[in-house]
Amino acid sequence: MTDQSPPVADFQLITRTGDEVGQKTTYGIPLAVLAELTHRCPLQCPYCSNPLEMEVASAELTTAEWCRVMDELAEIGVLQIHFSGGEPAVRKDLVELVRHATQVGLYSNLITSAVMLTKARLQELADAGLCHVQISVQGSESIVADRVGGFKNGHVKKLQVAAWTREVGLPLTINAVMHRQNLHQLPEIIDMAVALDADRLEVANVQYYGWALKNREALIPTFAQVETTNQIVAEAQDRLAGILDIDYVVPDYYAQRPKQCMGGWGRQFFNISPSGKVLPCHAAESITGMEFDSVRGNKSIRWIWDNSEAFNKYRGTGWMPEPCQSCEFKEIDFGGCRCQAFALTGSAGNTDPACAKSDLHAQIFARATTESAEAQDRFIYRNFAGGAVEAEEL
Amino acid sequence: MDQSSRKSRPIYDATSRPVIPRHVKLRFDITRDRWVILAPERVLVPDDIAVEVLQLCDGQRRIQDVVDLLAAKYTADPDLILTDCLALLQDLANKGYLLAASEPQP
Repeated sequence: MTDQSPPVADFQLITRTGDEVGQKTTYGIPLAVLAELTHRCPLQCPYCSNPLEMEVASAELTTAEWCRVMDELAEIGVLQIHFSGGEPAVRKDLVELVRHATQVGLYSNLITSAVMLTKARLQELADAGLCHVQISVQGSESIVADRVGGFKNGHVKKLQVAAWTREVGLPLTINAVMHRQNLHQLPEIIDMAVALDADRLEVANVQYYGWALKNREALIPTFAQVETTNQIVAEAQDRLAGILDIDYVVPDYYAQRPKQCMGGWGRQFFNISPSGKVLPCHAAESITGMEFDSVRGNKSIRWIWDNSEAFNKYRGTGWMPEPCQSCEFKEIDFGGCRCQAFALTGSAGNTDPACAKSDLHAQIFARATTESAEAQDRFIYRNFAGGAVEAEEL
Repeated sequence: MDQSSRKSRPIYDATSRPVIPRHVKLRFDITRDRWVILAPERVLVPDDIAVEVLQLCDGQRRIQDVVDLLAAKYTADPDLILTDCLALLQDLANKGYLLAASEPQP
């Protein structure tokens, strides 16, 4: 421990042994993969990260296909797999898939809405080698939470499943998706995470593409809410050090610097859709005109990662326009989010307007301020039919 | 809702017996040719000394026992090793990657 680096450092980009220096320095061996097992879900959250056009059950990869995919992932050096969806527990083969991940040495994480899990199934998952459970919450109590999720009695069920998760000895992360209509409950959500004996809490402000973009007017927080939230999170992080680890995702319309989306496009992570499409991020299909390879094609996952047009298009810094190209932060935030750039400017190759250096930043900041003040609170719920408008209150 | 915390921050001293919990994996990664620590949403890279310390933390040994082993192996100053070990292990415990086993595990 003589040099300046800490004895246990956060992971840095690592290329394959034998790769020439400089040859592949813009990206590494993928660290983790988000496996979206299905787009089916009993909840109807208006900010769902699934695409607007969801994949149907009959198109989903089979158990054998997912097992072959996991074999390949382990072989190319992927270390972690996040089973997600939709709701991954919809899949009858979930325990089998977790067991296979364990067998090939993948660290497995279940990202779930929790409402379909029983204690017996959680025990089976733990026995199959599941390493971690992440449960989403929509609020601190049933009235707000069940309305946001569009699922009656969901909140109470989540609390029960969170308790069972700890009872079977699995570590727990609570993922709280925050927006204008539940940010006032954040202090209670933090208390709830501590009481549930969670190790981590993600305070994740909604990111606006896909369903969330469709619902932006109903979700976008006010600037005052954001300032209050920053204070609440900072105070809780300090008070709960060593007890609850709090990750904070700021709402980037109000940010000065864009988020380092996915740690950089095609750099360390990727996503596999229910039907097997290999995507640089879970929202990448919102960028129209881009072609994606599938695990059902005749190409290996390693080939897709190294060579596909979609992955190479926004890798590194060569593709960047100004003001990114000459920006001192270009290798820190990689120009922000490509999907957001596409959604707000029409071109995925533009600077993310979340960045204060973008010409459009002032405009989206103003739009966020205006929309949040209008208090249009009705949701468009996520479903397979293009969305359902919330009934008006009587 | 119950406001009281069920767990408290683990504070290590030389008599603590740290152990890596089941959900944290210290593993040699063949593809990258280095040791890694796998934890929820995190991959960490321990240096050689940290790997050696963690491999000795089995829930049976006290931190002092780990220090004595390393001091004998490297003929180094035990006080200095103890200071470094406590800093390393406390940092990992604060992040939830180590448990404090107060009694030797069966």
